[in-house]
Amino acid sequence: MEEQDDTILWLMAAMQGAGAEHTVVLRGNAVNYAVAGQGVPGLTVGDWKQTQAPKMDRDVLDLMEKRKIPVYVIAEDLSDRGIESGELVPGVQLLSRAALPALFADYELVSHW
Amino acid sequence: MSRKTLTIALMDPPYESENLTTAFRILDVAARRGYDINVFAYEGASGLAFIRQTPHPNPVHGKDVAEENHPTTKDQVTALLAEAEKNGGKVDWVNCGMCVDERGVNEFVPGTRRGSPADFHAFVEASDNVLVIPTK
Repeated sequence: MEEQDDTILWLMAAMQGAGAEHTVVLRGNAVNYAVAGQGVPGLTVGDWKQTQAPKMDRDVLDLMEKRKIPVYVIAEDLSDRGIESGELVPGVQLLSRAALPALFADYELVSHW
Repeated sequence: MSRKTLTIALMDPPYESENLTTAFRILDVAARRGYDINVFAYEGASGLAFIRQTPHPNPVHGKDVAEENHPTTKDQVTALLAEAEKNGGKVDWVNCGMCVDERGVNEFVPGTRRGSPADFHAFVEASDNVLVIPTK
């Protein structure tokens, strides 16, 4: 995660403006992005304050609602981390690891960031 | 009790890792406590104090430069130096000379300096504690 965004989710949104069509799969530690209500306190160094800290749940919601980009999370990666599906941003879809190949088959290109 | 001296070695470049956010949180606390702080900015971290960093807007979030208030690490370094001075401590921030030459970032915010691994060795010898935060 960068200072104000996740670089790759940001890139998805930015490339959509150039005509790219994406679907997002969050796996591994990235499943944490989809947890609703999370917050990152802005960094403070002396008198300097970060006013625009990252809000990952907002960015995931933005992908789905504003940009109509489907977002999946790997169910096993959620359970490995003790995250319940009810904790996720509404609209995020669960996907099992076993179902990934079938999803990939629907796309021309798969990018693993 | 004598004033503490803390050395932190950083390796991550700006804008790519939470490691630096954690490092700056630690450095901020140390500066608020008036510690003497040494920082050895090695490899990618040698760009942290690069003075020509420029904030940018965020078109994805629909924010202009002022609204985005993008954090630059050079501002964080400058703030760290000021905070330490305010509390009676000091910061010796060394940018690895070979590293800055490789990257073309040999222009630093005032109060930081060019140095070498020899500085890091001297820091280690003179410190109460040393924390190395490497890249993964």
